Amino acid sequence: MREDILFIICGMALVTFATRFASLGLFRTTGIPAWLDRWLKHIPAAILTALIVPSLLLPQGELFLSFQNHYLVAGIVSAFIAYRSRNIVATLSIGMAAMFLLRFI
Amino acid sequence: MNVKQISIPGYGKPHPVWQQAVQDSAPILLGLIPFGLTCGIMGLTVGLNPFEIIMMSVLVFAGVAQFIAITMIGSGIAFWGIVLTSLLVNLRYLLMGASLAPFTLKQSFPSQALLSFLLTDESYALTISRATKEGYSFVYHLWVSLPIYIVWILSTIAGVILGNYISDPLAWGLDFAMPATFMVLLFPLLKDRISFMVCGASALAAVLGSMFLPGKWYIIVSCLLATILGGILEGEKK
Repeated sequence: MREDILFIICGMALVTFATRFASLGLFRTTGIPAWLDRWLKHIPAAILTALIVPSLLLPQGELFLSFQNHYLVAGIVSAFIAYRSRNIVATLSIGMAAMFLLRFI
Repeated sequence: MNVKQISIPGYGKPHPVWQQAVQDSAPILLGLIPFGLTCGIMGLTVGLNPFEIIMMSVLVFAGVAQFIAITMIGSGIAFWGIVLTSLLVNLRYLLMGASLAPFTLKQSFPSQALLSFLLTDESYALTISRATKEGYSFVYHLWVSLPIYIVWILSTIAGVILGNYISDPLAWGLDFAMPATFMVLLFPLLKDRISFMVCGASALAAVLGSMFLPGKWYIIVSCLLATILGGILEGEKK
């Protein structure tokens, strides 16, 4: 195991456990403040969006708005399937099939 | 084998709360397997070795954070970027932990620590729903949480084994599995007008950020901007 990866994994393990354990002490008497609640609830959607959109629109690090961009086309297909089915197996298999077709045809 | 010798709380008691818990979590466990497989395979595509990938599932045990970390390791982001992002995506556990606190605080300290470590979106949802319907049960809480952990590790291991048979994953466009997986996680979160606006703002900020900011800082920056916008909009609503 490489040292830098070990540090990353331990760091992640620590902060993850902290978020799961800390509220038992922090908000035991006061409850969660309203402003924190309002802010926290949007974090997962914001982070997931920030990961998805650039990987489709800028697959090589530069804006690539074209039907030649396989990531974008397969991404639109997958988004449709994910939206309709909410199912990871359907989304992954159809999305990857689209990607595969675009690459080799 | 005499089951009563196994000192797992609730095991072998006349009222099989743990059986009900395992039954309730069964559909979740099935749904978890593809994510664990993907986690194992994606770990290999960014150059992690099998032991590192499995240790991440054993020690961190947080699907979304792990997927994001794997993406970031693949794009060369170092320690602080990854740890900070893990902290941000996992802040939601503060809310769940706080909502369970009235029940968990009555347990012994080791139990509190164990249940906290095992806290996931899914086990939280099951535990709190039972707590409101039939009252809180420690045994139920433990037995909806523990199988998720075990299945997560086993399916990660299976993914690593499976991934070994795919020689050059990037040539197959396998890196596309990551955004596709994230979409399945994202869409159920878009429930109202504000969440759509947060998503739009984050998309715009992320595209601009990835064009003009160094490295992958756009992930944290766009998340902060979009969630602050979301918080302000929520505040105006009331």
